[in-house]
Amino acid sequence: MTEVRDRIIQIIADQAMLDPAELKPEMSPQDIGIDSMGLVESIFALEEEFDISVPFNANEPEKSDFDISTLGSIIAAVEKLIAEKA
Amino acid sequence: MNAKKSKGEKPAKSDGKTVKVKGKVKSATTRARAMLGRVIMGRHANGLRRVAITGMGTVNALGRDVPSTFEAMREGRCGIGPLDFRDVDRLAVRIGGQVRDWEPETYFNRQQIVLYDKFTQFTLLAAREAVGQSGLVFDGELGLRAGVVLGTAAGGMNTWDENYRTVYEEGKNRVHPFVVPKLMNNAAASHLSMEYGLMGPSFTVATACASSNHAMGMAFNMVRSGAATVMLTGGSEAMLCFGGVKAWEGLRVMSKDACRPFSATRNGMVQGEGAGVFVFEDWEHAVARGADILAEVVGFSMSADAQDIVMPSAIGAERTITGAMLDAHMRPEEFGYINAHGTGTAANDKTECAAVAHAFGHHADRLMISSTKSMHGHLIGGTGAVELLACIMALRDGIIAPTIGYEEPDPECALDVVPNEAREAKVGAVLSNAFAFGGLNAVIALRKA
Repeated sequence: MTEVRDRIIQIIADQAMLDPAELKPEMSPQDIGIDSMGLVESIFALEEEFDISVPFNANEPEKSDFDISTLGSIIAAVEKLIAEKA
Repeated sequence: MNAKKSKGEKPAKSDGKTVKVKGKVKSATTRARAMLGRVIMGRHANGLRRVAITGMGTVNALGRDVPSTFEAMREGRCGIGPLDFRDVDRLAVRIGGQVRDWEPETYFNRQQIVLYDKFTQFTLLAAREAVGQSGLVFDGELGLRAGVVLGTAAGGMNTWDENYRTVYEEGKNRVHPFVVPKLMNNAAASHLSMEYGLMGPSFTVATACASSNHAMGMAFNMVRSGAATVMLTGGSEAMLCFGGVKAWEGLRVMSKDACRPFSATRNGMVQGEGAGVFVFEDWEHAVARGADILAEVVGFSMSADAQDIVMPSAIGAERTITGAMLDAHMRPEEFGYINAHGTGTAANDKTECAAVAHAFGHHADRLMISSTKSMHGHLIGGTGAVELLACIMALRDGIIAPTIGYEEPDPECALDVVPNEAREAKVGAVLSNAFAFGGLNAVIALRKA
């Protein structure tokens, strides 16, 4: 799964215009410099990359099954969706 | 002057009262407002004309005319339901305020249907009602002095959608010759000008969710300045097709179950479709012909947040609300109701409530503010026009349309949002808010005629 993990980090890093090496799993989207628009765009990019469908409503992000609190939680959630698809 | 007998005298009287109430010590601002706001018959002391609304018409999810729409608003009925169109099963969002069982053949002949996108059809039907009510015939000089300015965000979206299918999905290499005149954003305005012989200033404005309010503000200023005697105005939207809803889905701000503005349980907006058309007429002209004046348009303000392409700004909204009251030369205390932008998104509703609270100060607690989008959905470019109907109902019938779907108070929206049930209340003046994507704001003020 490391390969998947790296691809996710690359997508988030591209969105934040940072080097992937600068990203740490405990960082929140805010820490990384991603606002609500950036988050919606990142989720779209993740869906396209892995052919998954992420349940996310920008009006109530906290109620979503998809945990976006940190980079680590996003990676775990994407990995779970990929596993469910398979 | 026999002015006392005419409707034109009323606001002048109330302005007189305003000054009296203030007592002996009048601030410079009060005096300036009283001076500027003074009206003599159909004119303001500053030479501007007063603007009467003498006709209104609509098609929307609540009804195909004004009486049925008013009835639904009084009853707090919801026009939002399952969407019904091709490929709806490929959408994640499947609800909307759709005009159900729409059969254009009921209203238009074959030659017309070939040329009219749905947004034009809605506009023409709404205009029939509005012009019919006004009793105006645009012949001779009046035709030259009358125009039309309408709002729409997407124009002929159904026409784009259908023809893209034809060339991309079905792989055909030929489309109908009238695709362009059917889809262009100004098609509805142009067809109205042709239908009624309106040869004055005519155009379409597209400012997303504020399009109709911008259009009506333009029409107001054109009649007020004397550039036109009559303007047909309002707006229309028909975006409920696969491509239209799919595009909105992408933003992830749409609700999958209901539009619940100001409720703590809200989870997004719901799209609607339809049109609202009004007749804005020079007050003196309307009085001279004995027209039934539905309401007076008294103020308009517009501004840009200059900040973010989707996130609204409370400062920009507040500035525009205050601007509309200043333009009307009226004090916050004179306003009793606001038809909110109230989209039901997390971002809009709390920002709008903060803006209203700041603009109105202590009077915010006595105001009623409701979002009728909870019933007819968000008509995007046509929404301000349909929502102006709720404003006229408040002024004319003393009935405040409710915010339905309200489940739980939100401390960030702590205003009287007229939850779930319509209310009887006498109001003398009202505002209608529109705050569009792109940070473009437009607020219009009406007063009881």
